[in-house]
Amino acid sequence: MSAIAELSRLSKTKGQKSPTRDNKAGHIFLLPWTIGLFLITLGPMAMSLYLSFTDYNLLQAPEFTGMENIERMLSDDRLHNSLRVTFTYVLVGVPLQLGVALGVAMLLDRGMRGLSFYRSIFYLPSMLGSSVAIAVLWKQIFGTTGLVNQLLGLVGIEGMGWISDPDTSLGSLILLNVWTFGSPMVIFLAGLRQIPAMYYEAASIDGANKWRQFLSITIPMLSPIIFFNLVLQVIGAFQNFTQAFIVSNGSGGPADSTMFFTLYLYQQGFKQFDMGYASAMAWLLVIIVGGFTALNFFVSKYWVFYDD
Amino acid sequence: MTNQTSISHNDLDGTQVSGLDEAAMLGGQPPVGGTDSNGKKVKGYRPSGRARARSLIKHTILILAALVMIYPLLWMIASSFRPNDLIFREAGLVIANVEWENYPNGWDALSEPFSKYLMNSAIIVIGCILGNLVSCSMAAYAFARLEFKFKKTMFVLMLMTIMLPIHVIIVPQYIMFSQIGWVNTFWPIIVPKLLATDAFFIFLMIQFIRGIPRDMDEAARIDGAGHARTFFQIILPLMVPALATTAIFTFIWTWSDFFTSLIYLTNPSNYTVQVALNAFIDSTGESNWGALFAMSIVTLVPVFLAFLFGQKFLIKGIATTGIK
Repeated sequence: MSAIAELSRLSKTKGQKSPTRDNKAGHIFLLPWTIGLFLITLGPMAMSLYLSFTDYNLLQAPEFTGMENIERMLSDDRLHNSLRVTFTYVLVGVPLQLGVALGVAMLLDRGMRGLSFYRSIFYLPSMLGSSVAIAVLWKQIFGTTGLVNQLLGLVGIEGMGWISDPDTSLGSLILLNVWTFGSPMVIFLAGLRQIPAMYYEAASIDGANKWRQFLSITIPMLSPIIFFNLVLQVIGAFQNFTQAFIVSNGSGGPADSTMFFTLYLYQQGFKQFDMGYASAMAWLLVIIVGGFTALNFFVSKYWVFYDD
Repeated sequence: MTNQTSISHNDLDGTQVSGLDEAAMLGGQPPVGGTDSNGKKVKGYRPSGRARARSLIKHTILILAALVMIYPLLWMIASSFRPNDLIFREAGLVIANVEWENYPNGWDALSEPFSKYLMNSAIIVIGCILGNLVSCSMAAYAFARLEFKFKKTMFVLMLMTIMLPIHVIIVPQYIMFSQIGWVNTFWPIIVPKLLATDAFFIFLMIQFIRGIPRDMDEAARIDGAGHARTFFQIILPLMVPALATTAIFTFIWTWSDFFTSLIYLTNPSNYTVQVALNAFIDSTGESNWGALFAMSIVTLVPVFLAFLFGQKFLIKGIATTGIK
């Protein structure tokens, strides 16, 4: 059903010898992809692994420095802070977004009046959300004299500079992430439609209330979809860049409170042109995202239920 | 924005989507309560008073939620027609005196007119769409229909690249492209698409091709067609919906992309709309919200139109592979 499910299924099955009858055609059709894999993906990955152990500023040849970049990462407080910011964003933002997505998806009954209207409205922000214009909008509405404070003023509450206060700036960006709950919601909707209604009918005959039905039918039946959304959104959230960049004018401020890991990487690589250090950071990101994904896959054995 | 409803009535719920094997999962559930399998009210069904009250509460919640979701966008549109000082005082949507000036002001605020940036973005988007359509469909055909050496290994590699953060390759990629003199050209953005690096589209197309009956290509093979002809004459025409989904997603994502264009396009005459908007904030933006909003709207309109007309394909595509 999904790339994620496919991957976990493939990792379980033993490799079978398949008849190799279209060798030539297969490799010709895959030629662009194969070139891309080596030239755009694997080659650069290997090179960035090498650069991780060098000092390189684009102008002079890379100089091998051994573990220096790794030692520097261990003692770089701004990097530690950027990890804290990013983890907060992922660990708070993703569950919040998925919770809202699932909640709204469950409200949208099959065949209800206005279903496609609601779905369009909820889906639209996730299509617009990654553009600079939306970050600009966010910067204004959560600004000191922005829309949020104007509305709060109408009910007599004095607002604050949500974006300019280090305590709330990250929260504003987490809210922006929640605002784009539309795409996981659409996936949840498709998944909910798959659950046979007879399960619910049988459960209500047995006297199970709605909450019980949710816990014992909806969650287990939907677990592959929840897992799928979780993996994708976590990977996406770790890589968020645009909104933090725009609301802070590329500085990660105030007081590094929106200094996402990717933003710090950008500053090191493309502002300071410290390509060696940026490469080491990029590999740290791969290890973190890969580790998180592997952990997700591992834990999924205990709660994800495949019905086949 | 309300005219979205009109196009989406003929949507997935209850409509059979031919060719998509996942379609079954979207349309196969028996009816609950007073609706039939097409989601229409069944004759003679009367909701009880309690069910009515519940439905009323549910709609109230949904309408409020929809309003909260959409209000910032509507307000930004309204504000783009207001003078600067009013933007910070007017939380409503009613525009007392329409201020058109923001648009021409924003249009000419940077060194090039905004049309230049729109054009740059359009060129990149078209290149990326063509690249993805050609390269991903070829790869998908191979994975879905052909048997060859290392297929499983390559397939696993392909799936894993979906999850690979772009940051791990951006630094060496930048070095590579700068050494061949491609910085400040559109090639670093377009060429990777020509090489099928957007693996989720390959996956989306594989899923789609798997839903096309194999009899179709076997009949063609018996008639003596080679793989090239089978691909061009049988598979490609049947996978148009998957190609459309790919094209629309590529359009929206490439148009909205900021990170890659920020890195590769540093010369103002090469800016895409996203980088131009960022440059606008740096130069005048903070003092000229009206014009900034106006140009923000300009950059959002193409995405909105793509969403409006492509929504059906987007929802199908997202339900198939769950791409963001």
